[in-house]
Amino acid sequence: MEKITVRVCTGTTCFVMGGANLQELNETISEKYGDKVELTASNCLGLCSINWEYSKAPYVKVNEEVVSEATPEKVVEEIDRQLAKQ
Amino acid sequence: MNNSGQIIHLKKEILVRIIKAFLSDNFERQARLIPYDMRPKGMEVPYRCCVYKERAIIKDRTIAGLGFPIEEDDETVSLADYAKQALERTQISDKNLTVLQTACKGCATNRIYVTDLCQGCVARPCQSTCKFGAISIINGRSVIDDSKCKKCQMCINACPYKAIAKISVPCEDSCPVGAIKKDETGFASIDYDKCINCGRCTAACPFGAVHERSQIIDILKAMKSDKKVIAMIAPSIAGQFPGNIYQLKTAIINSGFDDVYEVAQGADITAKTEAKEFTERMEEGQKFMTTSCCAGYNQLIKKHLSEIKPFVSDTKTPLYYTAEIVKKENPEAITVFVSPCVAKRAEGFENPNVDFVMNYEELGALFVAKKIQIMDLEESKYVVEASKQGRNFGYSGGVAESVKKSLKDEDSVKPCVINGLNKDSIKQLKKYATSGVCEGCNLVEVMCCEGGCIGGNATINNSKTAKKLIDNFTQNSEDISKI
Repeated sequence: MEKITVRVCTGTTCFVMGGANLQELNETISEKYGDKVELTASNCLGLCSINWEYSKAPYVKVNEEVVSEATPEKVVEEIDRQLAKQ
Repeated sequence: MNNSGQIIHLKKEILVRIIKAFLSDNFERQARLIPYDMRPKGMEVPYRCCVYKERAIIKDRTIAGLGFPIEEDDETVSLADYAKQALERTQISDKNLTVLQTACKGCATNRIYVTDLCQGCVARPCQSTCKFGAISIINGRSVIDDSKCKKCQMCINACPYKAIAKISVPCEDSCPVGAIKKDETGFASIDYDKCINCGRCTAACPFGAVHERSQIIDILKAMKSDKKVIAMIAPSIAGQFPGNIYQLKTAIINSGFDDVYEVAQGADITAKTEAKEFTERMEEGQKFMTTSCCAGYNQLIKKHLSEIKPFVSDTKTPLYYTAEIVKKENPEAITVFVSPCVAKRAEGFENPNVDFVMNYEELGALFVAKKIQIMDLEESKYVVEASKQGRNFGYSGGVAESVKKSLKDEDSVKPCVINGLNKDSIKQLKKYATSGVCEGCNLVEVMCCEGGCIGGNATINNSKTAKKLIDNFTQNSEDISKI
């Protein structure tokens, strides 16, 4: 089973527009998934400069899948979706 | 009181767009277009009945962002005109909040209401428990006469079917001093004689109808002038942005400020002065003293709780000392306090050494508009490094701890905390004031917001994470006894 990589954008735009609240994923992800999911903080993913700009920030990437207007709940949902496919 | 929902996102997006408009080559035109840029023709409408109403509400929110009261808007003035007026204005207002009444209309008035769950029972405990004769039985069901109902909620507790409900008005429920009320027409308004600027209503309203009147345009204007503009950052800011406070200093300078001071520097002076005052007061026989650094608490004392004044420390706030130092070192400079809350706007307005106040959301919006990546920046040192305790001023318990650590005899203090002003804690303070004692405690730290300043209405991070980040940062800071 492949490990899922979650990358939380810590660029200023994402952080200011709601990404600060994603820091609680630090705890929830290791609790819920153990070492099946790896969480990393990423420098600006560059997503805010294309298409939707800041109106869809914060962004999180779950493997290659982009979660826009990300909340801890939405990220967990995407992880579950990808785990179910494996 | 960090609110992560769509409303905060929307308010921040508008701020970013206002700043970008100001920085563009045609501020007035770009300001006028904000509602159209955010809700372009053909866009799916996210919240309201139609795109026109969405735009009207975004226009109102933009008026607050430009620093004007929404209540006084007669709908004929365009955002271009507001932008122009904002550029021409030389004075800011002491009325820091404004209510977006079009958003407010959607919410029912505060009342007690018998729902369809009423079984029309024979016992009728609701009727017998009501002391005001407000409940009658019509067509076999209980009905409340609003003109007689005192909202005591006895009937709610009496009904075995849980059929009676209180219809809440979140802004009214959140206000600790009864300063915001919906009137008969359904619009909320703020009584500024009562308002302590705690900002609870801004976070509580699910329609996001209560706005801070921003001074961002006045600050951007100051940056364009030939005067130096100096930011004074509140201690609670550590933990609100990515990176550390040294990278944050670089970010603030890159965003247009000339220099940055830590208000924690003033917090060290507050702690030491307050410790000295505490010892004197205890020697004089006073039973307890309360802290005096919270702007919301100071407003409460002034407007509602004058009886506690003799017990309140005369020591000035960290912002007071910091602004005094900044103005002494830079007499011509314009000073901007970077704040977690709306209450500090009131303090800033009253202090001639503080020219403007901007909150964390507005600073964040400025970074976004100027595309500043804090994590990528070099660190800049502060001329004066504050102590660990001064830097911990922004969370509940931090102020009392700093006073304790500044005392010659640490055991002489028995601190306790009021962690958030609400109806109950205000009652408690009133009791201390009238009895002259506070059981088991001689130093009462009062913070208006739950968690302390990290729970302020305009914070970006949630207070739990923010506290962790502050602790991580300050564990390597110098102890106050060495400063």
